[in-house]
Amino acid sequence: MRVWKYGSDINTDMLFPGKYTYTCSTPEEILPHLLEDLDPSFAKEAGAGDVIMAESNFGCGSSREQPTVGLKALGIKAVIAKSYARIFYRSAINQGLMLIECPEAVDAFKDGSTVDVDPEGGLVKVDGKDYAFPKLPPEIIAIRQAGGLLDHVRAELQKRGTR
Amino acid sequence: MGATFAQKVLAKKSGKPSVQPGEIVTARPDHLLTHDNTAAIISKIGGELEKYGLDNSETPVIVIDHVVPASNEKTATNHKRIREFVAARGIKHFFDAGEGICHQVLISKGLALPGSLIVGSDSHTCTYGAVGAFATGIDRTEAASIMLTGKTWFKVPHSLKIELKGSLAKPVSAKDLVLTLIGDIGASGANYLSVEFHGDTAGLTMEDRITIANLGVEMGAKNAVFPVDEVTEEFLKQAGAPAGWEALWADPDASYVKTLAYDLSKIVPVVAKPHTVDNVAPVTELEGTEINQFLIGTCTNGRLGDLKVAAEVLRGKRVHPSARLLVLPASRDIMLEAMKDGSIEALVEAGAIMLPPGCGPCLGAHQGALAPEEKCLSTANRNFKGRMGCVEAEIYLASPATVAASAIAGRIVDPR
Repeated sequence: MRVWKYGSDINTDMLFPGKYTYTCSTPEEILPHLLEDLDPSFAKEAGAGDVIMAESNFGCGSSREQPTVGLKALGIKAVIAKSYARIFYRSAINQGLMLIECPEAVDAFKDGSTVDVDPEGGLVKVDGKDYAFPKLPPEIIAIRQAGGLLDHVRAELQKRGTR
Repeated sequence: MGATFAQKVLAKKSGKPSVQPGEIVTARPDHLLTHDNTAAIISKIGGELEKYGLDNSETPVIVIDHVVPASNEKTATNHKRIREFVAARGIKHFFDAGEGICHQVLISKGLALPGSLIVGSDSHTCTYGAVGAFATGIDRTEAASIMLTGKTWFKVPHSLKIELKGSLAKPVSAKDLVLTLIGDIGASGANYLSVEFHGDTAGLTMEDRITIANLGVEMGAKNAVFPVDEVTEEFLKQAGAPAGWEALWADPDASYVKTLAYDLSKIVPVVAKPHTVDNVAPVTELEGTEINQFLIGTCTNGRLGDLKVAAEVLRGKRVHPSARLLVLPASRDIMLEAMKDGSIEALVEAGAIMLPPGCGPCLGAHQGALAPEEKCLSTANRNFKGRMGCVEAEIYLASPATVAASAIAGRIVDPR
Protein backbone atom coordinates (compact mmCIF):
# COMPACT_ATOMS: atom_id res chain seq x y z
CA MET A 1 0.00 0.00 0.00
CA ARG A 2 1.36 3.38 -1.01
CA VAL A 3 0.44 6.84 0.29
CA TRP A 4 0.30 9.62 -2.29
CA LYS A 5 0.72 13.00 -0.60
CA TYR A 6 -0.40 16.26 -2.22
CA GLY A 7 -0.87 19.91 -1.21
CA SER A 8 -3.75 22.40 -0.89
CA ASP A 9 -6.38 23.45 -3.44
CA ILE A 10 -5.87 20.42 -5.69
CA ASN A 11 -8.51 21.17 -8.34
CA THR A 12 -10.37 18.75 -10.58
CA ASP A 13 -8.46 19.98 -13.66
CA MET A 14 -5.30 18.62 -12.00
CA LEU A 15 -7.10 15.40 -11.08
CA PHE A 16 -8.46 14.99 -14.61
CA PRO A 17 -7.70 17.49 -17.42
CA GLY A 18 -10.66 19.36 -18.89
CA LYS A 19 -9.57 18.58 -22.44
CA TYR A 20 -10.66 14.95 -21.95
CA THR A 21 -13.98 15.56 -20.18
CA TYR A 22 -16.18 15.04 -23.24
CA THR A 23 -14.24 12.15 -24.74
CA CYS A 24 -13.48 10.04 -21.63
CA SER A 25 -16.28 8.87 -19.33
CA THR A 26 -15.75 5.18 -18.56
CA PRO A 27 -13.18 3.95 -15.99
CA GLU A 28 -11.08 2.43 -18.81
CA GLU A 29 -10.95 5.81 -20.57
CA ILE A 30 -10.36 7.76 -17.35
CA LEU A 31 -7.61 5.74 -15.65
CA PRO A 32 -4.70 6.57 -18.03
CA HIS A 33 -5.26 10.32 -17.43
CA LEU A 34 -5.99 10.29 -13.71
CA LEU A 35 -3.99 13.04 -11.94
CA GLU A 36 -2.14 13.63 -15.24
CA ASP A 37 -1.33 17.31 -14.70
CA LEU A 38 -0.61 16.86 -10.97
CA ASP A 39 1.58 13.75 -10.86
CA PRO A 40 2.24 11.82 -14.08
CA SER A 41 3.58 8.83 -12.11
CA PHE A 42 0.22 8.28 -10.39
CA ALA A 43 -1.59 6.70 -13.35
CA LYS A 44 1.34 4.35 -13.97
CA GLU A 45 2.09 3.28 -10.41
CA ALA A 46 -0.97 3.73 -8.17
CA GLY A 47 -3.01 0.66 -7.36
CA ALA A 48 -5.80 -0.85 -5.30
CA GLY A 49 -5.50 -0.23 -1.57
CA ASP A 50 -3.41 2.95 -1.96
CA VAL A 51 -4.31 6.08 0.00
CA ILE A 52 -4.24 9.73 -1.07
CA MET A 53 -3.40 12.33 1.54
CA ALA A 54 -3.83 16.04 0.91
CA GLU A 55 -4.00 19.39 2.63
CA SER A 56 -7.16 21.55 2.45
CA ASN A 57 -9.84 22.15 -0.22
CA PHE A 58 -9.14 18.95 -2.15
CA GLY A 59 -11.19 18.60 -5.36
CA CYS A 60 -12.10 22.25 -5.93
CA GLY A 61 -13.20 23.55 -9.32
CA SER A 62 -15.24 21.80 -11.98
CA SER A 63 -18.04 19.37 -11.16
CA ARG A 64 -16.57 16.73 -13.49
CA GLU A 65 -16.82 13.30 -11.87
CA GLN A 66 -13.97 11.55 -13.67
CA PRO A 67 -11.70 12.05 -10.61
CA THR A 68 -14.07 10.29 -8.18
CA VAL A 69 -15.08 7.65 -10.73
CA GLY A 70 -11.42 7.00 -11.54
CA LEU A 71 -10.20 6.83 -7.95
CA LYS A 72 -13.03 4.45 -7.05
CA ALA A 73 -12.35 2.23 -10.09
CA LEU A 74 -8.66 2.13 -9.25
CA GLY A 75 -9.53 0.82 -5.78
CA ILE A 76 -8.15 3.76 -3.78
CA LYS A 77 -8.87 2.81 -0.17
CA ALA A 78 -9.48 6.37 1.02
CA VAL A 79 -8.67 10.00 0.42
CA ILE A 80 -7.65 11.72 3.64
CA ALA A 81 -7.55 15.53 3.61
CA LYS A 82 -7.97 18.49 5.91
CA SER A 83 -11.03 19.61 3.94
CA TYR A 84 -12.79 19.13 0.59
CA ALA A 85 -14.62 21.24 -1.95
CA ARG A 86 -18.30 20.42 -1.72
CA ILE A 87 -19.12 19.13 -5.22
CA PHE A 88 -16.17 16.73 -5.04
CA TYR A 89 -17.23 15.58 -1.57
CA ARG A 90 -20.75 14.90 -2.80
CA SER A 91 -19.46 13.17 -5.90
CA ALA A 92 -17.31 10.84 -3.78
CA ILE A 93 -20.41 9.83 -1.81
CA ASN A 94 -22.21 9.23 -5.10
CA GLN A 95 -19.41 6.92 -6.30
CA GLY A 96 -19.02 5.16 -2.96
CA LEU A 97 -15.46 6.51 -2.63
CA MET A 98 -14.25 6.87 0.96
CA LEU A 99 -13.33 10.47 1.83
CA ILE A 100 -12.02 11.23 5.27
CA GLU A 101 -11.78 14.70 6.76
CA CYS A 102 -9.04 14.50 9.38
CA PRO A 103 -6.62 17.47 9.68
CA GLU A 104 -4.77 15.86 12.61
CA ALA A 105 -3.88 12.76 10.58
CA VAL A 106 -2.66 14.91 7.68
CA ASP A 107 -0.49 16.96 10.04
CA ALA A 108 0.93 13.80 11.63
CA PHE A 109 1.94 12.33 8.27
CA LYS A 110 5.62 12.54 7.28
CA ASP A 111 7.46 11.04 4.31
CA GLY A 112 7.59 7.32 4.91
CA SER A 113 4.81 7.25 7.54
CA THR A 114 2.59 4.17 7.58
CA VAL A 115 -1.13 4.87 7.20
CA ASP A 116 -4.09 2.63 7.88
CA VAL A 117 -7.81 3.32 7.75
CA ASP A 118 -10.67 1.83 9.74
CA PRO A 119 -13.79 3.29 8.07
CA GLU A 120 -16.30 1.60 10.37
CA GLY A 121 -14.38 2.53 13.51
CA GLY A 122 -13.96 6.10 12.26
CA LEU A 123 -10.19 5.99 12.73
CA VAL A 124 -7.10 6.81 10.70
CA LYS A 125 -3.84 5.30 11.98
CA VAL A 126 -0.63 7.20 11.20
CA ASP A 127 2.57 5.50 12.38
CA GLY A 128 0.48 3.43 14.78
CA LYS A 129 -1.30 6.40 16.37
CA ASP A 130 -5.10 6.70 16.08
CA TYR A 131 -6.83 9.83 14.81
CA ALA A 132 -10.64 9.92 14.95
CA PHE A 133 -12.65 11.48 12.14
CA PRO A 134 -16.30 12.58 12.25
CA LYS A 135 -18.82 10.03 10.98
CA LEU A 136 -21.31 10.93 8.27
CA PRO A 137 -25.07 11.14 8.87
CA PRO A 138 -26.96 7.85 8.37
CA GLU A 139 -28.67 9.10 5.16
CA ILE A 140 -25.25 9.50 3.56
CA ILE A 141 -23.75 6.29 4.90
CA ALA A 142 -26.72 4.46 3.35
CA ILE A 143 -25.74 5.76 -0.10
CA ARG A 144 -22.13 4.68 0.31
CA GLN A 145 -23.10 1.30 1.70
CA ALA A 146 -25.35 0.67 -1.29
CA GLY A 147 -22.20 1.02 -3.41
CA GLY A 148 -23.00 4.55 -4.56
CA LEU A 149 -25.94 6.72 -5.46
CA LEU A 150 -27.15 4.85 -8.56
CA ASP A 151 -27.21 1.50 -6.78
CA HIS A 152 -29.07 3.20 -3.94
CA VAL A 153 -31.60 4.65 -6.40
CA ARG A 154 -31.97 1.32 -8.23
CA ALA A 155 -32.93 -0.37 -4.97
CA GLU A 156 -35.46 2.39 -4.28
CA LEU A 157 -36.98 2.15 -7.76
CA GLN A 158 -37.18 -1.63 -7.53
CA LYS A 159 -39.13 -1.30 -4.29
CA ARG A 160 -41.46 1.24 -5.89
CA GLY A 161 -41.89 -0.82 -9.06
CA THR A 162 -42.71 0.34 -12.57
CA ARG A 163 -45.34 2.97 -13.13
CA MET B 1 -33.73 33.75 15.49
CA GLY B 2 -34.65 34.46 11.87
CA ALA B 3 -33.88 32.31 8.86
CA THR B 4 -31.28 32.80 6.13
CA PHE B 5 -32.14 32.65 2.43
CA ALA B 6 -30.83 29.07 2.24
CA GLN B 7 -32.95 28.00 5.23
CA LYS B 8 -36.07 29.54 3.71
CA VAL B 9 -35.70 27.94 0.28
CA LEU B 10 -34.76 24.51 1.61
CA ALA B 11 -37.58 24.57 4.18
CA LYS B 12 -40.12 25.50 1.52
CA LYS B 13 -38.84 22.96 -0.99
CA SER B 14 -38.70 20.13 1.54
CA GLY B 15 -42.15 20.92 2.91
CA LYS B 16 -40.96 21.79 6.41
CA PRO B 17 -41.92 24.81 8.52
CA SER B 18 -38.24 25.52 9.21
CA VAL B 19 -34.82 23.91 8.83
CA GLN B 20 -31.50 24.41 10.62
CA PRO B 21 -27.93 24.53 9.23
CA GLY B 22 -26.47 21.03 9.18
CA GLU B 23 -29.86 19.37 8.76
CA ILE B 24 -30.28 17.03 5.78
CA VAL B 25 -33.47 17.44 3.76
CA THR B 26 -34.89 15.87 0.62
CA ALA B 27 -36.30 18.20 -2.01
CA ARG B 28 -37.46 18.25 -5.61
CA PRO B 29 -35.42 20.73 -7.67
CA ASP B 30 -37.45 22.98 -10.00
CA HIS B 31 -34.85 22.48 -12.72
CA LEU B 32 -31.98 20.13 -13.44
CA LEU B 33 -29.40 21.56 -15.85
CA THR B 34 -27.20 19.25 -17.90
CA HIS B 35 -25.12 20.04 -20.99
CA ASP B 36 -22.85 18.02 -23.28
CA ASN B 37 -22.41 15.67 -20.33
CA THR B 38 -26.06 14.61 -20.80
CA ALA B 39 -24.71 11.89 -23.13
CA ALA B 40 -22.62 10.38 -20.34
CA ILE B 41 -25.45 10.86 -17.83
CA ILE B 42 -28.09 8.97 -19.81
CA SER B 43 -25.65 6.20 -20.70
CA LYS B 44 -25.46 5.41 -16.96
CA ILE B 45 -29.19 4.79 -16.67
CA GLY B 46 -30.30 3.38 -20.03
CA GLY B 47 -31.90 0.28 -18.48
CA GLU B 48 -33.62 2.22 -15.70
CA LEU B 49 -35.01 4.77 -18.15
CA GLU B 50 -36.50 1.93 -20.19
CA LYS B 51 -38.02 0.29 -17.15
CA TYR B 52 -39.09 3.21 -14.98
CA GLY B 53 -39.06 6.17 -17.36
CA LEU B 54 -37.98 9.72 -16.75
CA ASP B 55 -39.40 11.25 -13.56
CA ASN B 56 -40.74 14.12 -15.67
CA SER B 57 -39.89 15.93 -18.90
CA GLU B 58 -40.20 19.52 -17.63
CA THR B 59 -37.51 19.62 -14.94
CA PRO B 60 -34.49 18.90 -17.17
CA VAL B 61 -32.92 21.80 -19.05
CA ILE B 62 -30.45 20.50 -21.62
CA VAL B 63 -28.04 22.79 -23.46
CA ILE B 64 -25.34 21.65 -25.88
CA ASP B 65 -22.58 24.19 -25.30
CA HIS B 66 -19.25 22.78 -24.16
CA VAL B 67 -17.86 21.49 -27.46
CA VAL B 68 -19.80 23.31 -30.20
CA PRO B 69 -19.93 22.67 -33.02
CA ALA B 70 -18.67 19.13 -32.46
CA SER B 71 -14.89 18.79 -32.74
CA ASN B 72 -14.71 15.13 -33.76
CA GLU B 73 -16.69 11.95 -34.22
CA LYS B 74 -16.89 11.24 -30.50
CA THR B 75 -18.34 14.62 -29.50
CA ALA B 76 -20.61 14.61 -32.56
CA THR B 77 -21.94 11.22 -31.47
CA ASN B 78 -22.53 12.55 -27.96
CA HIS B 79 -24.55 15.44 -29.39
CA LYS B 80 -26.53 13.04 -31.58
CA ARG B 81 -27.36 10.84 -28.58
CA ILE B 82 -28.55 13.87 -26.66
CA ARG B 83 -30.85 14.97 -29.52
CA GLU B 84 -32.28 11.46 -29.76
CA PHE B 85 -32.88 11.35 -26.01
CA VAL B 86 -34.58 14.76 -26.08
CA ALA B 87 -36.91 13.64 -28.87
CA ALA B 88 -37.67 10.23 -27.37
CA ARG B 89 -38.41 11.59 -23.89
CA GLY B 90 -40.15 14.81 -24.94
CA ILE B 91 -37.74 17.04 -23.02
CA LYS B 92 -39.44 20.44 -22.86
CA HIS B 93 -36.39 22.67 -22.42
CA PHE B 94 -33.73 21.79 -24.97
CA PHE B 95 -31.25 24.19 -26.57
CA ASP B 96 -29.03 22.86 -29.33
CA ALA B 97 -25.47 23.85 -30.24
CA GLY B 98 -25.19 27.52 -31.13
CA GLU B 99 -27.89 28.74 -28.73
CA GLY B 100 -25.30 29.66 -26.12
CA ILE B 101 -23.65 28.76 -22.84
CA CYS B 102 -26.01 26.81 -20.57
CA HIS B 103 -26.02 29.34 -17.72
CA GLN B 104 -26.68 32.29 -19.99
CA VAL B 105 -29.40 30.39 -21.87
CA LEU B 106 -31.19 29.10 -18.77
CA ILE B 107 -31.27 32.50 -17.11
CA SER B 108 -32.09 34.54 -20.25
CA LYS B 109 -34.95 32.22 -21.23
CA GLY B 110 -36.64 32.95 -17.90
CA LEU B 111 -36.15 29.43 -16.51
CA ALA B 112 -34.40 30.57 -13.32
CA LEU B 113 -36.97 32.09 -10.98
CA PRO B 114 -36.62 33.81 -7.62
CA GLY B 115 -37.01 31.40 -4.72
CA SER B 116 -36.62 28.38 -6.97
CA LEU B 117 -34.27 25.45 -6.41
CA ILE B 118 -31.98 24.58 -9.34
CA VAL B 119 -29.24 21.97 -9.56
CA GLY B 120 -26.93 21.35 -12.48
CA SER B 121 -24.11 19.02 -13.44
CA ASP B 122 -21.86 22.02 -13.86
CA SER B 123 -20.05 23.83 -11.07
CA HIS B 124 -21.10 27.30 -12.28
CA THR B 125 -24.78 26.47 -11.74
CA CYS B 126 -24.49 28.90 -8.80
CA THR B 127 -24.93 31.66 -11.43
CA TYR B 128 -28.74 31.71 -10.98
CA GLY B 129 -28.37 33.27 -7.55
CA ALA B 130 -28.25 36.49 -9.61
CA VAL B 131 -32.06 36.32 -9.87
CA GLY B 132 -32.63 35.09 -6.32
CA ALA B 133 -32.66 31.34 -7.00
CA PHE B 134 -30.95 28.75 -4.80
CA ALA B 135 -28.69 27.10 -7.36
CA THR B 136 -25.82 24.68 -6.92
CA GLY B 137 -23.62 22.21 -8.79
CA ILE B 138 -23.73 18.42 -8.60
CA ASP B 139 -21.97 15.61 -10.49
CA ARG B 140 -23.19 13.55 -13.46
CA THR B 141 -24.18 10.58 -11.32
CA GLU B 142 -26.47 12.71 -9.19
CA ALA B 143 -27.99 14.29 -12.32
CA ALA B 144 -28.74 10.76 -13.56
CA SER B 145 -30.37 9.93 -10.24
CA ILE B 146 -32.55 13.06 -10.37
CA MET B 147 -33.67 12.23 -13.91
CA LEU B 148 -35.05 8.98 -12.48
CA THR B 149 -36.43 10.16 -9.15
CA GLY B 150 -36.92 13.93 -9.45
CA LYS B 151 -35.40 14.48 -6.02
CA THR B 152 -32.15 14.68 -4.10
CA TRP B 153 -30.74 15.48 -0.65
CA PHE B 154 -29.40 18.80 0.58
CA LYS B 155 -27.42 19.64 3.68
CA VAL B 156 -28.71 23.02 4.85
CA PRO B 157 -25.64 25.29 4.68
CA HIS B 158 -24.47 27.95 7.06
CA SER B 159 -24.37 31.39 5.47
CA LEU B 160 -21.88 34.16 4.81
CA LYS B 161 -23.14 37.72 4.55
CA ILE B 162 -21.43 40.25 2.30
CA GLU B 163 -22.48 43.87 2.80
CA LEU B 164 -21.89 46.08 -0.22
CA LYS B 165 -21.70 49.87 0.07
CA GLY B 166 -21.47 52.55 -2.63
CA SER B 167 -20.86 51.97 -6.31
CA LEU B 168 -18.06 50.83 -8.63
CA ALA B 169 -16.00 53.55 -10.35
CA LYS B 170 -15.88 52.65 -14.06
CA PRO B 171 -13.98 51.03 -15.70
CA VAL B 172 -13.79 49.00 -12.48
CA SER B 173 -16.32 46.20 -12.87
CA ALA B 174 -18.18 43.44 -11.07
CA LYS B 175 -15.38 41.07 -12.10
CA ASP B 176 -12.85 43.18 -10.19
CA LEU B 177 -15.13 43.15 -7.15
CA VAL B 178 -15.65 39.38 -7.08
CA LEU B 179 -11.97 38.60 -7.79
CA THR B 180 -11.02 40.95 -4.94
CA LEU B 181 -13.42 39.10 -2.68
CA ILE B 182 -12.01 35.69 -3.67
CA GLY B 183 -8.47 37.00 -3.16
CA ASP B 184 -9.41 38.12 0.34
CA ILE B 185 -11.20 35.01 1.59
CA GLY B 186 -9.41 32.39 -0.52
CA ALA B 187 -10.50 29.56 -2.80
CA SER B 188 -12.02 27.73 0.16
CA GLY B 189 -13.13 30.83 2.07
CA ALA B 190 -16.82 30.09 1.54
CA ASN B 191 -16.61 26.27 1.48
CA TYR B 192 -20.04 24.66 2.00
CA LEU B 193 -21.54 28.14 2.64
CA SER B 194 -24.47 30.00 1.14
CA VAL B 195 -23.18 33.48 0.24
CA GLU B 196 -25.71 36.32 0.50
CA PHE B 197 -25.08 39.78 -0.94
CA HIS B 198 -26.69 42.59 1.04
CA GLY B 199 -26.61 46.39 1.10
CA ASP B 200 -26.24 48.51 -2.04
CA THR B 201 -27.00 45.75 -4.51
CA ALA B 202 -29.55 47.86 -6.42
CA GLY B 203 -26.78 49.70 -8.28
CA LEU B 204 -25.48 46.45 -9.75
CA THR B 205 -26.92 45.53 -13.15
CA MET B 206 -28.24 42.02 -13.79
CA GLU B 207 -25.08 41.36 -15.83
CA ASP B 208 -22.96 42.41 -12.81
CA ARG B 209 -24.92 40.10 -10.52
CA ILE B 210 -24.56 37.19 -12.94
CA THR B 211 -20.78 37.67 -13.06
CA ILE B 212 -20.54 37.79 -9.26
CA ALA B 213 -22.85 34.83 -8.55
CA ASN B 214 -21.08 32.83 -11.28
CA LEU B 215 -17.79 33.06 -9.38
CA GLY B 216 -19.34 31.93 -6.08
CA VAL B 217 -17.99 28.42 -6.60
CA GLU B 218 -14.46 29.81 -6.95
CA MET B 219 -14.60 30.74 -3.25
CA GLY B 220 -16.04 27.30 -2.47
CA ALA B 221 -19.63 28.48 -2.00
CA LYS B 222 -22.60 26.13 -2.31
CA ASN B 223 -24.59 29.02 -3.78
CA ALA B 224 -24.33 32.81 -4.04
CA VAL B 225 -27.44 34.97 -4.10
CA PHE B 226 -28.75 38.50 -4.56
CA PRO B 227 -32.04 39.89 -3.23
CA VAL B 228 -34.85 40.33 -5.74
CA ASP B 229 -35.56 43.96 -6.69
CA GLU B 230 -36.84 46.03 -9.63
CA VAL B 231 -33.76 45.14 -11.69
CA THR B 232 -34.64 41.45 -11.25
CA GLU B 233 -38.30 41.99 -12.04
CA GLU B 234 -37.50 43.90 -15.23
CA PHE B 235 -34.98 41.24 -16.28
CA LEU B 236 -37.50 38.43 -15.73
CA LYS B 237 -40.15 40.32 -17.69
CA GLN B 238 -37.76 40.74 -20.64
CA ALA B 239 -36.83 37.05 -20.36
CA GLY B 240 -40.48 36.04 -20.63
CA ALA B 241 -40.43 34.31 -17.25
CA PRO B 242 -43.76 32.91 -16.08
CA ALA B 243 -45.56 34.82 -13.31
CA GLY B 244 -46.34 33.33 -9.92
CA TRP B 245 -42.90 33.09 -8.38
CA GLU B 246 -42.29 34.01 -4.77
CA ALA B 247 -39.13 35.90 -3.85
CA LEU B 248 -37.47 34.68 -0.66
CA TRP B 249 -34.90 36.57 1.37
CA ALA B 250 -33.16 36.32 4.72
CA ASP B 251 -34.77 37.71 7.86
CA PRO B 252 -32.97 40.73 9.38
CA ASP B 253 -32.08 38.66 12.45
CA ALA B 254 -30.80 35.63 10.56
CA SER B 255 -27.56 34.08 11.78
CA TYR B 256 -24.28 34.15 9.80
CA VAL B 257 -20.93 32.49 10.34
CA LYS B 258 -19.32 35.72 9.20
CA THR B 259 -20.16 39.15 7.79
CA LEU B 260 -17.82 40.97 5.43
CA ALA B 261 -18.19 44.56 4.23
CA TYR B 262 -16.99 46.05 0.95
CA ASP B 263 -16.90 49.68 -0.13
CA LEU B 264 -17.40 49.40 -3.88
CA SER B 265 -15.82 52.80 -4.56
CA LYS B 266 -12.50 51.45 -3.22
CA ILE B 267 -12.32 48.46 -5.58
CA VAL B 268 -9.55 48.71 -8.22
CA PRO B 269 -8.88 46.66 -11.38
CA VAL B 270 -7.32 43.33 -10.39
CA VAL B 271 -5.90 40.23 -12.03
CA ALA B 272 -5.96 36.62 -10.78
CA LYS B 273 -2.49 35.24 -11.46
CA PRO B 274 -1.68 31.62 -12.31
CA HIS B 275 -2.65 29.01 -11.13
CA THR B 276 -5.43 29.72 -8.62
CA VAL B 277 -8.35 32.14 -8.72
CA ASP B 278 -7.51 33.50 -5.26
CA ASN B 279 -4.01 34.55 -6.36
CA VAL B 280 -5.23 38.11 -6.88
CA ALA B 281 -3.16 41.29 -7.30
CA PRO B 282 -3.95 44.86 -8.42
CA VAL B 283 -3.44 45.19 -12.18
CA THR B 284 -0.76 47.81 -11.50
CA GLU B 285 1.50 45.08 -10.08
CA LEU B 286 1.32 43.09 -13.31
CA GLU B 287 1.61 45.84 -15.88
CA GLY B 288 4.01 44.88 -18.63
CA THR B 289 3.40 41.10 -18.46
CA GLU B 290 3.50 40.01 -22.11
CA ILE B 291 0.46 38.06 -23.27
CA ASN B 292 0.07 35.78 -26.32
CA GLN B 293 -3.68 35.22 -26.28
CA PHE B 294 -6.57 37.32 -25.02
CA LEU B 295 -10.03 35.89 -24.47
CA ILE B 296 -13.30 37.76 -23.94
CA GLY B 297 -16.35 35.60 -23.28
CA THR B 298 -17.50 32.59 -21.20
CA CYS B 299 -20.37 32.30 -18.70
CA THR B 300 -18.54 34.82 -16.51
CA ASN B 301 -18.07 37.70 -18.95
CA GLY B 302 -19.58 36.99 -22.37
CA ARG B 303 -22.63 39.22 -22.11
CA LEU B 304 -23.64 42.24 -24.18
CA GLY B 305 -22.27 44.76 -21.67
CA ASP B 306 -18.93 42.93 -21.67
CA LEU B 307 -18.69 42.96 -25.47
CA LYS B 308 -19.71 46.63 -25.54
CA VAL B 309 -17.02 47.60 -23.05
CA ALA B 310 -14.43 45.70 -25.10
CA ALA B 311 -15.65 47.25 -28.36
CA GLU B 312 -15.47 50.77 -26.92
CA VAL B 313 -11.85 50.19 -25.98
CA LEU B 314 -10.86 48.49 -29.24
CA ARG B 315 -12.86 50.59 -31.73
CA GLY B 316 -10.51 52.07 -34.30
CA LYS B 317 -7.50 50.34 -32.71
CA ARG B 318 -5.71 47.06 -33.45
CA VAL B 319 -4.95 43.99 -31.39
CA HIS B 320 -1.18 43.91 -30.88
CA PRO B 321 0.49 42.04 -33.77
CA SER B 322 2.27 39.63 -31.43
CA ALA B 323 -1.02 38.52 -29.86
CA ARG B 324 -4.43 37.13 -30.79
CA LEU B 325 -7.84 38.03 -29.35
CA LEU B 326 -10.64 35.46 -29.17
CA VAL B 327 -14.21 36.63 -28.59
CA LEU B 328 -17.06 34.25 -27.76
CA PRO B 329 -20.45 35.76 -26.97
CA ALA B 330 -22.30 33.88 -24.22
CA SER B 331 -25.34 33.28 -26.45
CA ARG B 332 -26.75 33.67 -29.94
CA ASP B 333 -29.08 36.44 -28.72
CA ILE B 334 -26.12 38.36 -27.32
CA MET B 335 -24.17 37.81 -30.53
CA LEU B 336 -27.07 39.21 -32.55
CA GLU B 337 -27.42 42.24 -30.31
CA ALA B 338 -23.68 42.87 -30.48
CA MET B 339 -23.87 42.64 -34.27
CA LYS B 340 -26.73 45.13 -34.39
CA ASP B 341 -25.06 47.67 -32.11
CA GLY B 342 -21.76 47.49 -33.98
CA SER B 343 -19.73 45.95 -31.14
CA ILE B 344 -18.82 42.84 -33.09
CA GLU B 345 -17.91 44.91 -36.15
CA ALA B 346 -15.53 46.99 -34.03
CA LEU B 347 -13.99 43.90 -32.43
CA VAL B 348 -13.48 42.08 -35.74
CA GLU B 349 -12.06 45.23 -37.35
CA ALA B 350 -9.61 45.42 -34.47
CA GLY B 351 -8.47 41.90 -35.30
CA ALA B 352 -10.59 39.69 -33.01
CA ILE B 353 -11.27 36.07 -33.93
CA MET B 354 -14.99 35.39 -33.39
CA LEU B 355 -15.86 31.96 -31.98
CA PRO B 356 -19.37 30.50 -31.77
CA PRO B 357 -21.31 31.02 -28.53
CA GLY B 358 -20.13 28.27 -26.18
CA CYS B 359 -17.56 27.20 -23.58
CA GLY B 360 -14.76 25.46 -25.56
CA PRO B 361 -11.49 27.32 -24.87
CA CYS B 362 -12.31 28.04 -21.21
CA LEU B 363 -11.73 24.41 -20.25
CA GLY B 364 -9.38 23.42 -23.05
CA ALA B 365 -12.09 21.28 -24.58
CA HIS B 366 -12.41 22.98 -27.97
CA GLN B 367 -10.54 25.73 -29.87
CA GLY B 368 -8.20 28.40 -28.58
CA ALA B 369 -5.76 26.03 -26.87
CA LEU B 370 -2.42 27.34 -25.60
CA ALA B 371 1.14 26.21 -26.36
CA PRO B 372 3.86 25.63 -23.75
CA GLU B 373 5.15 28.86 -22.19
CA GLU B 374 2.30 30.90 -23.67
CA LYS B 375 0.30 33.29 -21.51
CA CYS B 376 -3.39 34.03 -21.80
CA LEU B 377 -5.31 36.94 -20.26
CA SER B 378 -8.94 35.87 -20.06
CA THR B 379 -12.30 37.02 -18.74
CA ALA B 380 -13.10 33.41 -17.75
CA ASN B 381 -13.49 32.00 -14.25
CA ARG B 382 -10.57 29.58 -13.87
CA ASN B 383 -6.83 29.86 -14.33
CA PHE B 384 -5.93 26.35 -13.17
CA LYS B 385 -2.81 24.68 -14.50
CA GLY B 386 -3.61 22.91 -17.76
CA ARG B 387 -7.08 24.44 -17.92
CA MET B 388 -6.70 25.71 -21.49
CA GLY B 389 -5.24 22.48 -22.80
CA CYS B 390 -1.57 22.94 -21.91
CA VAL B 391 -0.02 22.30 -18.51
CA GLU B 392 2.99 24.50 -19.30
CA ALA B 393 0.90 27.56 -20.19
CA GLU B 394 -0.21 30.34 -17.85
CA ILE B 395 -3.69 31.87 -17.50
CA TYR B 396 -4.45 35.26 -15.96
CA LEU B 397 -8.02 36.36 -15.22
CA ALA B 398 -9.37 39.91 -15.45
CA SER B 399 -12.34 42.06 -16.46
CA PRO B 400 -13.36 42.70 -20.09
CA ALA B 401 -12.06 46.29 -19.82
CA THR B 402 -8.63 45.11 -18.66
CA VAL B 403 -8.44 42.35 -21.30
CA ALA B 404 -9.46 44.73 -24.12
CA ALA B 405 -7.00 47.48 -23.13
CA SER B 406 -4.24 44.91 -22.71
CA ALA B 407 -5.00 43.33 -26.10
CA ILE B 408 -3.99 46.59 -27.81
CA ALA B 409 -0.73 46.75 -25.87
CA GLY B 410 0.07 43.03 -26.14
CA ARG B 411 0.78 43.08 -22.43
CA ILE B 412 -1.18 43.64 -19.22
CA VAL B 413 -2.13 47.29 -18.74
CA ASP B 414 -4.35 49.22 -16.36
CA PRO B 415 -7.65 49.99 -18.13
CA ARG B 416 -8.06 53.29 -16.28
